[in-house]
Amino acid sequence: MDNTKRYQRLLERYRSGDLSRRELMSLIGAAGLAYGLTGGPMGALGKQALAAKPDSVRFDGWGGVVSEAFRKYAFDPYQKATGIEVIDGTFSSGDEYLSRVKAGQPGEFNLFHASGVFDYARYAGLGYDVVLNEANIPNLELAMTALKEPFRKVTNGNLSCAPYDYGTTGLAYNTKYISKEEMEEKGAKILIDAKYKGKIGGWGDWRTRVWYGALATDQNPNDIKDMDAVWDAIRAHRDNALKYWGSGAELMSLLAEEEIYVTEGWSGRIAALQQQGHPIAYHDPKNGFGWQECLMVLKGSPLEACEELLNFMLEPEVAIAVAEGQSYPPSLDPTKVDLGDKIPLLPAYDATGTLSQLTFADPAYWNGNEAEWSKTFGRVQKGY
Amino acid sequence: MASDRRPNLNPIILLTPAMVSVAFLLVVPVAFVVVYSFWLRTSVGGEQPGFYLDNWVEVLTDSFYRDILFSTLRIAGITTILCALLGYPAAFFVANTRFRNKALLLLLLMLPFWISYIIRTMSWINILGVSGAFNYLLEALSLTDEPLQMLYNEVTVILGLLHFLLPFMILNIYVSLDGMDRDLVPAARSLGTTPWQAFLEVTLPLSMPGLAAGGLLCFVLGSGTYITPLVLGGPTDAMFANLIYEAIITQLNWPLGSALSIVLLLILGSVVLLYNRYLGLNQLYKSFS
Repeated sequence: MDNTKRYQRLLERYRSGDLSRRELMSLIGAAGLAYGLTGGPMGALGKQALAAKPDSVRFDGWGGVVSEAFRKYAFDPYQKATGIEVIDGTFSSGDEYLSRVKAGQPGEFNLFHASGVFDYARYAGLGYDVVLNEANIPNLELAMTALKEPFRKVTNGNLSCAPYDYGTTGLAYNTKYISKEEMEEKGAKILIDAKYKGKIGGWGDWRTRVWYGALATDQNPNDIKDMDAVWDAIRAHRDNALKYWGSGAELMSLLAEEEIYVTEGWSGRIAALQQQGHPIAYHDPKNGFGWQECLMVLKGSPLEACEELLNFMLEPEVAIAVAEGQSYPPSLDPTKVDLGDKIPLLPAYDATGTLSQLTFADPAYWNGNEAEWSKTFGRVQKGY
Repeated sequence: MASDRRPNLNPIILLTPAMVSVAFLLVVPVAFVVVYSFWLRTSVGGEQPGFYLDNWVEVLTDSFYRDILFSTLRIAGITTILCALLGYPAAFFVANTRFRNKALLLLLLMLPFWISYIIRTMSWINILGVSGAFNYLLEALSLTDEPLQMLYNEVTVILGLLHFLLPFMILNIYVSLDGMDRDLVPAARSLGTTPWQAFLEVTLPLSMPGLAAGGLLCFVLGSGTYITPLVLGGPTDAMFANLIYEAIITQLNWPLGSALSIVLLLILGSVVLLYNRYLGLNQLYKSFS
């Protein structure tokens, strides 16, 4: 029996109520363990099958609570079930990771948690994409079409990734110092409000800064008419900011320690802060930065093992457990899959499965301006 | 005799492993960086090979790079002076203590190196942060009404560098002081000098090589750092190495990053050459031997 059938049988038992989620995860692990330890002719066959597979697959993600959720609910069970070790690393931005991939050898980096279609397009533009055999990932059928199509457009109708979750970069604020009314009234302009000078934060990422500069100057981020006004807004933010943060962990620390009262932030991280009891509220302004994340497979990777891992991670039970752990809604279509009680309460959740209420970055527009804007932001950031 | 005219190959054979290592670990990588600096970044973040002077023209003519470079040298310079002022008394104490187990004191100096530099840098967040130990103490002593904002400015960047570099300075000065003839100061005193005069006219001049070696190390290491301003700096507290990091990592502009790297290498290399010309590098070797 191959691994996929083994998972499916266990899942059938889980769905029929014979197993709890914890038992399901334990049995998947035990099945893999037993498979690996079985002696005799079956054992030899098993060894042959394992020998044809890679020893490990490398995955890189965003670290913190997201990595913890991936490790606990997806990688460990997968590892136990298949004998393939998932080695996970972290990065703080898609730019940083792309530099590592460029410096590495084909096959050194396999899967990563890409944020935004523009990142996917950049990697594909540099020739790092692959063509996935979607027949090996039947669970892709359960993912929202609205999330799959933008990726297909970039890679000629094919997929080099599985859409996995989505969220927004909205405004996070400490309710001890800033009221809901004030936040709703000022929106993105609060990030350039001198009233909070020295208590404002911001991600040191040029896209986010330009996006929020556009919002602060009442412009459409996907069609900016007055770029000078945007740079002025970014300078105003810089002059009022205490610190540009560089990772989700730093964002959470700055807010939790009350070093800053307001910043833009990632919806899932803010939800995690709220779950920890911090008085941090979240506000998605009009045209707030929506993004969709995918698990992208890079050129040179062991395709079959990666496809198997993607399919495993898209199993509703696994995807829901990961989503609850990382506090970002999964890519599963809520009109096809019952997402339970917790997911609908997460920030940015879309019950329609169309994501029509979110504004995403236009990949062609943003990548077309990437060279100039990222360089200019580097200067503006340093006081120019 | 024929055997007398045969060249002695022993030095070449003995030097070969070292030369090969230096070639592969230093010369070849630097050569690659030099070549890269003449390439161009493509629109998608790749490289266009060729011989283009664009990166060099930009780096050498744009005041942005010059300003950040001067700022970096200024911060490194201030840190070096502070290291000297704080490090000298510490080294003097270790060198002249009557404590039997001097090795233990030296071990304590080395102790910070056992902890990751990033962790050591981040520890200041827990000390000086709004919810940090220092603010807690001030509040407990009723000295302040609300937490002081102490982090994320140039002062904390210098503090972080000082924390990182001070042991290098202390060890270098210590080596100088420890190698001094112990009878010189008593001799100066017996000739009528005050303790302060003896220090200024005997001890300090003799320890200058160590001070200079420590200064060189602190300055070079401080000029090349990028983690400290990243962790402890505010929005505008970048140093030159941060520009290299951004060019390579954020902007995927490896050719420009290569040109910037070569500029920093040349400037710091010139400082080392000047030091070697006037003071000699042998003091540095002594400190690490």
